[in-house]
Amino acid sequence: MTETLDQIFVTLNHWLVAHLPVQTQPIFAAILSVVSIIVVFASLFAMTTILERKGLGRFQNRYGPNRVGPYGLLQPLADGLKSLTKEDIVPRSADKVVHLLAPLVLVVAAFLGYAVLPIGRNMVAVNLDAGVLYFFAAGSIVELSIFMAGWSSRNKYSLLGAMRAIAQMISYEIPLILSAIAVIMTVGSLSAVAIVEAQAAYTGIWPHWFVFTPWGFAGFVLFMIAGTAESNRSPFDLPEGESEIIAGYYIEYSGFKFALFFLGEYIGMFAISGMAITLFLGGWSAPFPFLSWIPSYLWFFAKLFALIAMFIWVRSTLPRLRMDQLMSFAWKFMLPMALLNLVNVAVWRFLPSGLSRWLVCAVLVIVPYILLGRGLVQSKKLEKRVYRFAD
Amino acid sequence: MLLDVRPLTNTMPSNVTIERLDQLKDVPGEVTLPFFILSVLTILGAAAALTLRNLVHCVLALMLAFVGLAGLYLHLDAQFIGFAQILVYIGAVAILIVFAILLTRGGESPSQSIVSPSWAISSVVSVIVFGVLAWTIRSSATTRHSIPPQPEVTVKQIGDALMSRFALPLEVIGLLLTAALVGAVTIAMQDKQEMK
Repeated sequence: MTETLDQIFVTLNHWLVAHLPVQTQPIFAAILSVVSIIVVFASLFAMTTILERKGLGRFQNRYGPNRVGPYGLLQPLADGLKSLTKEDIVPRSADKVVHLLAPLVLVVAAFLGYAVLPIGRNMVAVNLDAGVLYFFAAGSIVELSIFMAGWSSRNKYSLLGAMRAIAQMISYEIPLILSAIAVIMTVGSLSAVAIVEAQAAYTGIWPHWFVFTPWGFAGFVLFMIAGTAESNRSPFDLPEGESEIIAGYYIEYSGFKFALFFLGEYIGMFAISGMAITLFLGGWSAPFPFLSWIPSYLWFFAKLFALIAMFIWVRSTLPRLRMDQLMSFAWKFMLPMALLNLVNVAVWRFLPSGLSRWLVCAVLVIVPYILLGRGLVQSKKLEKRVYRFAD
Repeated sequence: MLLDVRPLTNTMPSNVTIERLDQLKDVPGEVTLPFFILSVLTILGAAAALTLRNLVHCVLALMLAFVGLAGLYLHLDAQFIGFAQILVYIGAVAILIVFAILLTRGGESPSQSIVSPSWAISSVVSVIVFGVLAWTIRSSATTRHSIPPQPEVTVKQIGDALMSRFALPLEVIGLLLTAALVGAVTIAMQDKQEMK
């Protein structure tokens, strides 16, 4: 019974596709999985917008939107209608073709990443041998679309915001990929399905998720920080912060194109969360073996919701990082930590399993963290702030 | 591109045939519809990169050509190099080119036409050269060999080869990249000191 429920979407797909002629079956199976991905994650985007606004509101001791439906739950509908019916203003000297293409490229590149995420047992759209590499390649197209958006608007501030955003995304791509490489080194394969299956085992009741190892925990934290920066989300949203550069590279976008940028950013956020779940949190596997009767896709979405909640929490809590702080954080702190994490993985693999392995690897995480943190702060000569009041 | 087919215990209907991915692969060298579309995309992108007036449009058209190339690599089932092409060329080289355009004065439109005044004679000459090259290649001995079956190369094999047989080239590439990185930091640091 639980297996039927677990595989219900797979059997539904097979049953639907069986009604078609045999030659066209692979294409229709692929189209069906693509359509279901788009529908599910776009609805998740709509739910996240209202969750975020309510969540931010409660963190800031106010209600979020509460006018539109019961508890404001129909707000995404109102937002969608508004963005559809707003006038689409394009500056006269803007590059019309590139101005139109930029949000489209962003949304397509953001959705491309979902093709290799295993949403449940046997539920991956394409089981690529080089799946994780494909994911990062699809993510790197986003930088080009941001440049297209900033350049085509023929606006100095838009271009400046685009340059900053590109610099930020390139800088944070390196710790992102390096922390993923730690997982790939352990599993020995670039395939996302193989990585999830390597984590789907249990020792007693404890799962083999990589986040529960010292290097996995450091890698997970690095991956989430770099992922926050990759999707231009607070506290790394200087390129698009409203009080900084008034929406940066999408200043000149209004109406539905702005909604597409918004959609693309959130879809990218979900994709990076999905990859973090695949790499570190065990994908669709349950945390304890006595809970594995719950279907695998429900576990994936539960973990996805937890990560989205963490994103919203971090956004409402931490102040924005300035550009030079952001860049030095990436190059001076996260890159050395990610490289040391690789050494840590190698040490973990070649030590015999037992307490010594845990101690050595934990020390290899904590000591560089403290030393690097102290070292970087001391070079700035920060003192207690002194206020001078006018008398 | 299919759902991953694993043996399910009791839930798979028996009248469904889902072909495996490798049955969809074609013989390399044969002009099939995906190959045709990808090569048209590549050639059109490259042609647009040559003839467009606005330099940033040329860069974007060149990226389209690179996407076509990546598609051709994937058509030949070379997954690693196809995705590395996208990651490196579209993710990094494109940004490099546009930064170079922005930081120099290349963003202005050209003042004169890019088509040279002697375009008629030049096109005749290029058609003749193309004809000679095509005739030479067609009549050479290499095209008459039968095409061997494609080897199944996984990323693991590439990794093993890089670590064992090609370890020295790997280290040399690392050295080259380190030199580039150190050079970039040196140049940027000197600029900062001059500004102070």
